Amino acid sequence: MINLRRKTRDLAVLDGRRRVGLDSIMTALSFVLLLVIVVTPISMIVYHAFFHQGQFSLDLIIDQFTRDTTVSAMWNTIKIAILVTIFGTIVGVFYAWLLGRSNIPGKKLMRFLFTIPYMFPPFLGAMAWDLLLNGRSGYLNRWLMKTFGLSSAPFNINTVWGIVFVELSYYFPFVFMQVVSALERMDPTLEESARIAGAKQGTVIWKITLPLVRPAISSGALLILISSLAHFGVPSILGFSQGIFTLPTRIYAVIARSGGSFEGIRQGAALSILLVAVVALALWIQQRVLRSGGYDIIKGKSMRPTVINLRGARIPLFILALTTLVVIVLVPLGMIFLVALVRAYGLPLIPANFTLANYQRIFTASGTLESIKNSMILSLSAGVITMLLGTMVAYVVQKIRPRGSSVLEIMSVLPYSIPGTVLAIGVILAWSGSLGLNLYNTLWIILVAYIARYLSFSMKTSSAALLQVHPSLEEAARTCGASHTESLRDITLPLIRPAMVSGFFLIFLPAMREVTTSVLLYGPYTRTLGVQIYSLRDAGMMPQASALGSVAIVLIIVVNSIVNALNQTRKGV
Amino acid sequence: MSYVRFENVSFAYGDNQILKNFSLALEKNEIMCLVGPSGCGKTTLVRCLLGLNRPSEGEIYVGDTCVFSSKRRINVPAERRRIGIVFQDYAVWPHLTVKENIAYPLRKRKVPKPEIDRRVEEVLRLVRMSEYINHLPSQLSGGQQQRVAIARALMTSDDLVVMDEPITNLDAKLREQMLYEIRELQHNMGTTVFYITHDQRAALQLGDRIAIMDPQGELVQVGSDEDIILRPRTRFVFEFIGVTNFLALKRVDGQYRVDLGSTLAPWPAQVPPELQNVAVLDVGIRPNDIVFDSSSPFRGVVRRAVFLGSEYEYFVQAGDKSLRIQQGALDASLNGIAAEGSEVGLNFLNPQYYEAAREEGAR
Amino acid sequence: MAQVQVELRHVTKKFTTKTLGDIVAVDDFSFQVYEGECFSILGPSGCGKTTCLRMIAGFEDLTEGEIYLSGRPVSSSKANLYVPPEERDLGMVFQAFAVWPHMTVFENVAFPLRIRKVNRAEVERRVKQALQHTSLAGLEDVYPSDLSGGQQQRIALARAIVTKPKVMLLDEPLSNLDPHLRETMRFELKELQRKLGFTIIFVTHDQSEAMAISDRMLVADMGKIMQIDTPENLYNRPINRFVHSFLGESTFLKVVIKDGQVYAEGDLEQPLGVAPPPDAEPEMILATRPNAIEITGDTGYQSRIETRIFLTDRTEYLIPLGSQKVKVQTPHRIAFSQGDSCRVRFVDPMWYPVEDSDAEKERARRQLI
Repeated sequence: MINLRRKTRDLAVLDGRRRVGLDSIMTALSFVLLLVIVVTPISMIVYHAFFHQGQFSLDLIIDQFTRDTTVSAMWNTIKIAILVTIFGTIVGVFYAWLLGRSNIPGKKLMRFLFTIPYMFPPFLGAMAWDLLLNGRSGYLNRWLMKTFGLSSAPFNINTVWGIVFVELSYYFPFVFMQVVSALERMDPTLEESARIAGAKQGTVIWKITLPLVRPAISSGALLILISSLAHFGVPSILGFSQGIFTLPTRIYAVIARSGGSFEGIRQGAALSILLVAVVALALWIQQRVLRSGGYDIIKGKSMRPTVINLRGARIPLFILALTTLVVIVLVPLGMIFLVALVRAYGLPLIPANFTLANYQRIFTASGTLESIKNSMILSLSAGVITMLLGTMVAYVVQKIRPRGSSVLEIMSVLPYSIPGTVLAIGVILAWSGSLGLNLYNTLWIILVAYIARYLSFSMKTSSAALLQVHPSLEEAARTCGASHTESLRDITLPLIRPAMVSGFFLIFLPAMREVTTSVLLYGPYTRTLGVQIYSLRDAGMMPQASALGSVAIVLIIVVNSIVNALNQTRKGV
Repeated sequence: MSYVRFENVSFAYGDNQILKNFSLALEKNEIMCLVGPSGCGKTTLVRCLLGLNRPSEGEIYVGDTCVFSSKRRINVPAERRRIGIVFQDYAVWPHLTVKENIAYPLRKRKVPKPEIDRRVEEVLRLVRMSEYINHLPSQLSGGQQQRVAIARALMTSDDLVVMDEPITNLDAKLREQMLYEIRELQHNMGTTVFYITHDQRAALQLGDRIAIMDPQGELVQVGSDEDIILRPRTRFVFEFIGVTNFLALKRVDGQYRVDLGSTLAPWPAQVPPELQNVAVLDVGIRPNDIVFDSSSPFRGVVRRAVFLGSEYEYFVQAGDKSLRIQQGALDASLNGIAAEGSEVGLNFLNPQYYEAAREEGAR
Repeated sequence: MAQVQVELRHVTKKFTTKTLGDIVAVDDFSFQVYEGECFSILGPSGCGKTTCLRMIAGFEDLTEGEIYLSGRPVSSSKANLYVPPEERDLGMVFQAFAVWPHMTVFENVAFPLRIRKVNRAEVERRVKQALQHTSLAGLEDVYPSDLSGGQQQRIALARAIVTKPKVMLLDEPLSNLDPHLRETMRFELKELQRKLGFTIIFVTHDQSEAMAISDRMLVADMGKIMQIDTPENLYNRPINRFVHSFLGESTFLKVVIKDGQVYAEGDLEQPLGVAPPPDAEPEMILATRPNAIEITGDTGYQSRIETRIFLTDRTEYLIPLGSQKVKVQTPHRIAFSQGDSCRVRFVDPMWYPVEDSDAEKERARRQLI
């Protein structure tokens, strides 16, 4: 029997010769790079929040924490996150149950619609909803006021509830994915035994099915909670005009208002501590909840899961589900494209007012083209570098297992729990000259932030892939005459290559459309695509901002299709 | 002349001493089966042989070459030991075709391409997988993947091949077939095979010689199947191979009586002369070596009778002891079966005697 | 006169699959199970046994036929009748135990009673009683994941018997347990049946298990019933080659019958010394068991010991007969040596016609479902 707990370090030690082997190089490199990329920015934030001119001082923290604006921002952050979590979970569970357990028609269509929110930056959705339901000039509001003779706008998206609505329409798939997967993999005999015991269909759902997927629901819900706490895009689009701030947008406001001065950044650092504390609390809750209950409910043989017949409710539920999905997913999308075509914002959206001039303008403006170029370069480099770095660290942690590998592991997943806003501040503090290297206003500083931000993604993908490569596969190569390096090259790398490729895209796509981090780091010539859309909107050029937004959407769809096509044609491993 | 030699090999994993002064010799061209319960150290031994683990002490020889010596500080790296290995989970590389898998060892040795092609075709014919030469492992069944693993091992070395539980993951019918094929292959090629398993049945079927390891990692007996079955050296060997019954015999007034807990019963068989001075003996008997004999002074009551098809199985209570008895179908049809609840006489054929090594409270 | 507890009349089930076309999973099953019996349905995977059990439980409907429980029809294709599982008053134990991990042992076993709105005191009493019967007393407040596989199986059993059902369905309940535990549970199951008096329908692919536990067995192959009888009769007098080889080890010998004498194929000189069957064909298969062949010194067909291996509980000899080799098994103490000459005698063999090989292909096709 193969003893899975033996030290695979022996594999490296066998290199016989005493000189520095491949393993030591990889280990040392991993430590150094992680220290520089991850630990340094984070330490800088902590330092500058608690130390002033070399002296420990809590003045800054106290000053910032006690301000009204801070308290109300924190309150908003928590309130929004909790509401998004509650409603997002309900919607997610509803759809998961419909698609995973009932005989509702159109499952394929609905599943396809679900993949769309994943692809688009929430801030574009916020933009679209703002165009529709803006308290003063939203298209839908004005149409409703005209049609029903109302004196004021019936809906206002620029409120806390508006933010909640838009955020949940992007986050509910987190719960959906987890729960539908749990439902599909659940052992059907768990429900069948309840029926034999005398329980009717409804009792089975209530007493058996739902409790058993509770862990999946909790894990999805907590993912929503943490994502919402750190979220920047939606509150920034919908909240600024009404003075509604969350902690991430407050931090941005503090820095932007001070014109990027050192004092402003210090204040941002202090607020970051607060934000991180809130996120840490949520993570702690996640650990506690997830630890206390994973049920082993996965079926062994492939058995068909029980399908519940909805009978009379089938068509009404289908209409309800489809309509909701269309509203949440397709309406904002359509809005962006329509406004991109309108001659001027505010004009009715009829073909007479359509023009391609907006597209013409953005493609000739140097700023736009440059921003697309910047985003491409950044995403490509971030994708490649992060993927390579993440894979190397994963290999060191899993296969080489040197002393201190748990430290390495912690360092690599730490950025996952740090909001993008906070990471940006740390990067500014670290790499704007105080440590000898000044990358401010260059693409490099954004790149470094991206690498730190997305490292945990590639670590996770590569770790999972490496786990699948059983040690005996490498050992077999060794016994066939391959040295350690050769077995890595011939066996391990080819086997994890598919995961590395998907790891690349897992970083490339979010990096292309992100705005949270680059909005704090951009300089006059280093705007990203997201930042450019933002700026156009800030300047009041709605149609052009929408046009660029639609370009971004098309770009993402194209890349996504390439990824899917690649996935289909790849040889099975 | 022994071909593979382990001399006083020791290996520890932290505080856990897995192998201690282990010595074993394999002859050339034989199939040697190393059997022992899970966790006894057999896989560790194999990994020391292959160079995947480094023993703390001892020496290992393959042929004339010393591949490891703690005294002389020799430790040939794994990639240079030239020993073929078949792992329990086959370890066939999923991203390479059958041909690429098998050719790999030769590629590493920089053998010219036409030579590689020729030898790959030859070995594929031997394992009867010629038509799958360009298949991927995912297109093959478990048994087929195993054959690819065997072919690859033969490419690394046709002198010495180690197999670590190669058939455990296959279903029963396929296991029988693979055992047969491995034996045939070995006969044709003359390779020395070191076969590791916890499955005693497979070891008995396959091995020219069988080495038995106890849970502490000690080698307790090495011999042919006849030696192991008919002349088991220790109680552990006897108990390890197949189901057994054990009774304690006490010498009372010059006669041996069976200790049945609350009573003593007469022992109907003969204790061999060389053991007749021992006060307490353990005697082991196989279930199918206990027969019903109405004239025997040893009596019991049939508690349970189960029909298993090829035999009847009985649980017979004698005093505080429960004995397990098997009666073959032939015997049952000729002599009748014993009914549940009936009182029977038992006779013991072919018993194995051991000195009771334990003291009060030990074990 | 024992009452009929479960009856199937001409039950058929057809599936239409996307990849393999129409499959008749169960083809015209008719049988009766009597009160208090332990009745097994045995066969290789794909033979229809699980589908049959699921139809009795009510998880599948019928394409044709009727099913009766205690004289009352519960499924009928022509009457379009289908009583759902929760109203059939059965007990069932599944292969993977299906014990609910989010409930304690007590709550698991109490569930069927609470559904039936039994009052609290009565629930307590009956759950405690069921736990006593299954050796789980004292574990009421433990969660299943803290217990071993064997104990989880007992929870499933306790839950199934707590409503005192007349019929218990068991779907390969012991195959997830290790061999030693399997034996213990088998015995406990029979004890429980003796004490509580329910009827058992037991589905398995493990023939030795079925034989050890059953009063009567049904052997199925490819959706059809092959034979229904006691284990002894099925083992000693199998109706065809499939049943013979499915139950225990078989030795098949192709023989030629000429002038009232039986010869092994390849040796038409020396007769085997066994009497031919009454309706003999010129070529037949002689079927027997490896340990039902006697190796004697004096009577029978003259041959020699070609190979000998010692196995864990028997010695196996390979003896050539004509152009074939037969496997013979004896206890260790009967030791012949390789090369010894010997005589071989067949004790009361079975006779079958020479079969075709299409059956094997069909069997393999069904296993893909």
